[in-house]
Amino acid sequence: MELVKDLISIRDLEKKHIDLILKKSSEMEQALKEGKQLNSLKGEVVATLFFEPSTRTRLSFQTAAMRLGAKVLSFESIGASSIVKGETFSDTIRMVDGYANLIIVRHAKEGSARYAAQLAEHPVINGGDGGNQHPTQTLLDLYTIKRAKKKIGGLNVTLLGDLKHARTMRSLLYGLSMYGANTTLVAPKGLEMNREVISEARERFGAKVEEKSKMDLTDADVLYLCRVQKERFSDQYEAEKVQKEFRITEDSIKGVKDDLIIMHPLPKVDEVAPEVDKSKYAYYYEQAKMGIPVRMAIMDAMVV
Amino acid sequence: MPLVVEKIENGTVIDHIPAGMGLKVLEILKIDRNYGARVALMMNVPSKKVGKKDIVKVEGKSLDEKAVNKIALVAPNATLNIIKNSNVVEKKIVQLPKELRGAFKCPNPDCVTNLEPIETLFRMEKPEERRLRCGFCETMFEAKELIS
Ligand SMILES: [Zn+2]
Repeated sequence: MELVKDLISIRDLEKKHIDLILKKSSEMEQALKEGKQLNSLKGEVVATLFFEPSTRTRLSFQTAAMRLGAKVLSFESIGASSIVKGETFSDTIRMVDGYANLIIVRHAKEGSARYAAQLAEHPVINGGDGGNQHPTQTLLDLYTIKRAKKKIGGLNVTLLGDLKHARTMRSLLYGLSMYGANTTLVAPKGLEMNREVISEARERFGAKVEEKSKMDLTDADVLYLCRVQKERFSDQYEAEKVQKEFRITEDSIKGVKDDLIIMHPLPKVDEVAPEVDKSKYAYYYEQAKMGIPVRMAIMDAMVV
Repeated sequence: MPLVVEKIENGTVIDHIPAGMGLKVLEILKIDRNYGARVALMMNVPSKKVGKKDIVKVEGKSLDEKAVNKIALVAPNATLNIIKNSNVVEKKIVQLPKELRGAFKCPNPDCVTNLEPIETLFRMEKPEERRLRCGFCETMFEAKELIS
């Protein structure tokens, strides 16, 4: 990227980097709308190495690369942790570094993309490293918010669900804080966001972060949801009670702001009632579409 | 009555270790029953400054930067006296390192550094609380979590 070589963690980025990506994303979206074929990655090879399967994310990266005129090398592992049995992660990265001009890595181990970036001469994008980071998701979330609301600073954003395990939420809080949004965190007992993450947002950016145990969406401009998984509870009765309480139904969106948008990283299961899917507040399908222009913008900025 | 401990001829004296951490310092120096030379560990020595302290004297050992950095984590106010021919030739006060390379294993089992032999990296993010962040998985740890 102009200024950073690899895109590994939202923590490596400054606001000016994100500003650049958001601006470029909007240009990419416009170009896509006009049906323009872009060629900024013509003659380049982009490798998507998915040691952990995520067809949705992989296809999004591949589409974005092809939209910029690149050729794509791809592999998605189904269970096994290396392309050739017994080959180490580092050997795979070194080998692919010899073929490709840009490498996208997804691996269940936390820090794997950072390690790949250390090994490879070509730029590396983190496509998700276990429970740690998924920076392109965060950037597309920020772009989606900016696109819908024309700004991020000053917005009231509610993050709701299992905030302890969702990496999406941690990185998003970081990004929102950078822009000066007011964030409300609503999580079931025991699944609250890590204290460390909250204090980092407060100390580093002076972020306004509030924690609540009950959902109150009256002032929210953005509601960002993630799933509360049953497996996180030992007591199934408790699990069902919490899932019901955190489910977004027609009732939960009564009295909300007229221009509230509801976001979700997808795939979702049953955390949103079908009536809400059909409502004007549902913005997650729109959000999912933003994956392409935002990843185009990122790749375009990385290969110089 | 003061405890008399033989002087060492060549080696290192580590003083002002918080009481109870002396054993940890020996562990960091990889000193166990197989270490051939003289070693003294004094525990709970009265100290004007801190009440009680531990002192470690090791014959025939000079400490590299890695070891000094590790000691700084358990004993941030420790002083090192380098002894040559029974004389103190150098006195050093340990300093909390900004980063530690290859000093500790990452306690996060899902960290990539536990997948392949990678030199670990921890950065001191909150020196006053002695909290460090893994340069790979980005998890924060207390110094004592790394040492144990
Ligand atoms: Zn780690």
